Amino acid sequence: MSTLALWIPLLPLLSAAALAAVSLSGRGRRTVPALAVLPIAAAAVLTFVVLVGHGTGAATESRIRYAATGGPELWLGARVDGLAALIAVLVGVVATAVQLYSVSYMAHEERYTSYSALISLFTAAMLVVVYSTDLLVLLVGWEVMGACSYFLIGHHWERPEARGASIKAFLVTKFGDVPFLLGILFLAHGAGTFRVQPILQHAIQQGGHGYTAAGAILLIGGVMGKSAQVPLQTWLPDAMAGPTPISALIHAATMVAAGVYVVARLYPVFLVTPAALWILAIAATLTTVTAALSAFAQRDLKRILAYSTVSQLALMVAALAAGGRDAAVFHLMSHGGFKALLFLGAGVIIHKAGTGDVDELNTQDLRRKLPVTFITMTIGLAALAGVPPFSGFFSKESIAGAAYDTATHSGPTKSLLGLTPPAGIGWLVLVATLLTGFLTAAYALRTWLMLFGPLERGWFRSAVELSQRQPQAPAPSGVSMAEAEAKAETEVAPPTAADAAAGSEWALEALVAESIREKTAAEVAAAADASASAEAAKATKAKTKVRTGPEAPRAELLPLVVLAAVTTVFGFAGLNLGWFASWLGDADGNAYHAKAAEAGKLIQPADAYHLGPGLLSILLALLALALGLGVVLVAARAKPGTDPNHVLGFLRKPAFLGFRADDLQDAVVVRPTQAAADAVGFLDTEVVDAYVRGSGHAARLLGEGLRRIQTGNVQLYLTGVLTGVVVIAAALGFGR
Amino acid sequence: MTTTRALSSTTGVEITFVLVGLLTFGAAILTVTVRNLVHAALWLVVSLGGLAGCYLLLAAEFVAWVQVLIYVGAVAVLLLFGLMLTRAPIGRTTELDSGNRWAAAVVGLATAGVLVSVVGDAVRTTWFDPRQAVVNGTAKAVGSSLFRYWVLPFELLSVLLLAALVGAIVLSRRDVSADAEFAMDAADAETEAEA
Amino acid sequence: MHAIYPLTLAALLFAVGVYGVLARRNAVAVLMAIELLLNAVNLNLVTFSSLLRDQYGMGQVFTIFLITVAAAETGLGLAIVLLLYRNRGTAAIDDARELGEDGALGLKRVPPQADGDGNGNADAANTATATAARTPKAVTK
Repeated sequence: MSTLALWIPLLPLLSAAALAAVSLSGRGRRTVPALAVLPIAAAAVLTFVVLVGHGTGAATESRIRYAATGGPELWLGARVDGLAALIAVLVGVVATAVQLYSVSYMAHEERYTSYSALISLFTAAMLVVVYSTDLLVLLVGWEVMGACSYFLIGHHWERPEARGASIKAFLVTKFGDVPFLLGILFLAHGAGTFRVQPILQHAIQQGGHGYTAAGAILLIGGVMGKSAQVPLQTWLPDAMAGPTPISALIHAATMVAAGVYVVARLYPVFLVTPAALWILAIAATLTTVTAALSAFAQRDLKRILAYSTVSQLALMVAALAAGGRDAAVFHLMSHGGFKALLFLGAGVIIHKAGTGDVDELNTQDLRRKLPVTFITMTIGLAALAGVPPFSGFFSKESIAGAAYDTATHSGPTKSLLGLTPPAGIGWLVLVATLLTGFLTAAYALRTWLMLFGPLERGWFRSAVELSQRQPQAPAPSGVSMAEAEAKAETEVAPPTAADAAAGSEWALEALVAESIREKTAAEVAAAADASASAEAAKATKAKTKVRTGPEAPRAELLPLVVLAAVTTVFGFAGLNLGWFASWLGDADGNAYHAKAAEAGKLIQPADAYHLGPGLLSILLALLALALGLGVVLVAARAKPGTDPNHVLGFLRKPAFLGFRADDLQDAVVVRPTQAAADAVGFLDTEVVDAYVRGSGHAARLLGEGLRRIQTGNVQLYLTGVLTGVVVIAAALGFGR
Repeated sequence: MTTTRALSSTTGVEITFVLVGLLTFGAAILTVTVRNLVHAALWLVVSLGGLAGCYLLLAAEFVAWVQVLIYVGAVAVLLLFGLMLTRAPIGRTTELDSGNRWAAAVVGLATAGVLVSVVGDAVRTTWFDPRQAVVNGTAKAVGSSLFRYWVLPFELLSVLLLAALVGAIVLSRRDVSADAEFAMDAADAETEAEA
Repeated sequence: MHAIYPLTLAALLFAVGVYGVLARRNAVAVLMAIELLLNAVNLNLVTFSSLLRDQYGMGQVFTIFLITVAAAETGLGLAIVLLLYRNRGTAAIDDARELGEDGALGLKRVPPQADGDGNGNADAANTATATAARTPKAVTK
């Protein structure tokens, strides 16, 4: 199966090449959808074949020596273990869904061809990352993904925030990639090769010190960058400036999962390095809680989902830190499904409603206008919140269970490594998981209420004001809007001291709402273009600026339905003890057998492979869920017409601003860097160049001086010549 | 042929040579220092004549007469003509020495010091008898070696003399050609303008 | 006879010639000094001819050659001096300083004439542009 896997990334690569050719030649644009979708779909099918073919066996590997370097050699190869096969399926399915969705969503965009080419290239790179047996080749895919992400976020490069976001994403992830590269080099130096298998063996046999420990800690940099963990999480919310399918593909299901995937792939390396686990746990805990709070406070639908992604990724990282590799991968896959679903649904909503501002969306009766989207989004949000029986419930519960196992274990464990993560990490992760579960439930319900909440209750705004405002397509200026909102609030609820204090925040948010409108304007305008060209060309179903008529093209709804179905049933994969684990395999690529696990012949203790729900963790998860839902419901009832996130109180503004992580980065990295650059510039122009200029000046002065003696008097010249002759003669005559 | 002998042992020829040499040297110094150009030319004649005496003492008879004939006879007259044609000041003049003279004096002294010390170091005790060289210095001997061994340089020299003759005539003539005259006139005008 | 006497005399004559060439202003006087230089060499040649007495009579033959060359040189030199005098009205060689740089020590150039000669100015401009071309940075800064 690994031989097949070797060739799978070529399919999307060929697709990308063909699309690039189309894009460059400008001909054959009609073939673009087929070129974009079919190879990816074929690759997805092949990933299924690989998964089935791999089954529950041990890792297989086929490789070609690419370059004999004299040192560690480079291998082009595929290493298929359960993890790679499963993640490849996730990538293939989501990429296919996104390409299919983009056919109608982006089809009439001017740059659709290059856009789909980049998606194909991105998919190829991700498959390389997933399958590669060589860490350097993995790094190549990793960086290609980063570059594709840069281009795709900047797809609407006419808008400054898209440009800024793309550059930010690129720089921030690259900032993490530097230690990532060093980490790979350390690991390779320790094991003497870049191949995964020997590196894992080295870590298992030698334990976590020296190069292995250093490599593990350095790798975390790249993981933080790609998977948007504190302190490198800031790029992901901004990356929502890209088209919505891109957000679904890259920033929900695949690329950001690459960081988690690498940790899972090299899990023994981390497992033997408690320091690395502690770093992961602390960063993930911080990330998951703050990002959940931020998601609670956002108004832009895509930003809510972005922060939610950050939070959920942190949950996976936390699970990894707590020894729950299987739980983390389980959550990775379920999250990939439902987050892609949520983003694609958000895309439909944004095209339909013309805005991504949940405050405005809630007035548009989306429940009736978009029935399919309503149902699928509800499923997605329920899965996000962790409502049983959707997949999110099981995966989160398994994380809580894994954390609980780690927290409560005592004494040496029966496993190949003989160690589990420190109990402190377990407690930390358990608390973080439950807190995040609570918050996630709260913001999921809030989002649902804002999107599909009952209109007749006058949610957030009075219907009268809405009818006044609705026709004004270009929004009023921020200030007047702020006043209007303040007025709306005073009408609905009597002003309190807290609300008065919050007045300035409302003004801020009004400006934000403005920006959200502008941000989504490009996509909406694209949709309008699409409708215009479509009408002109074929006079098909009319799509005006805010679409009327059918909810959305089939190509957009089909992925929603499929992903919703997957989200509904996928969770049951974790029910059976050891079933998921046997597909996933052991952390070092060997096959999983329950008996071997019980006998302590696998990497981790037996408990770590069990995803089946435990009674306590079910109760805790349900408790968190109920609390979260309850808080939001109570808040919504307490102040009808107000965004339920007012329960955040004083946290609301910092959470809205992402806890000012941007400012922190600015102060810690950007400004010192700029200061250093200024200093270097100063050194260059004033110190280094001073020597250069000085030599010039010196030569000039020397020339001026020598010019003075060019009197034209031949006798003077001759005097000089003869003096020289005499001196030379004297030197020759007396020099010996 | 050559032997070494202490410097303290002096012969009559040597005393004579030193006397003639002092005359030559003194005349040379006067040549380059006197403020009357005509006197300088005449002192040059004395110096070159003294040099002819030195040649005689060194047993170079033919060369000595050539020296007298050409230098004292021809070159000195030529120089006097030159002085005349350039309307050089006949009497004493202070304009004869340039501002370079002190540097020139230093260079000249240094040259003298280097050369004398090197030569003295090299030939401190070398001694030879000029009488043995008398046969080499006769017109016959010089003529035979000139036409036996040095015919080609001799002929080349005649070509050189011809070229110098032609060159001197070309340089001295006023109306070489129309173009040259034009150029010369332009140069004249420029000179006059600058003057 | 000790070789040191004629050789020392030749060296001294040479030094006197050097002084004369460097110190005299009048071109004819410089030519006289050049004669001294040549004769110093001649004396050397004759001395070594007597000293070594080679089979080919080389020293004396070359002395004769040199005398010939010196005569030709004097003739040509005087012709040049004559030309110089004819063009400038003077035979002082340190007056012929057209090749000197502007602003060089002790060089007093006649200010450019109104009749369009403009030589000095053009020179200065040329110098300035040449300097600029060589050091463009200095100009821009």
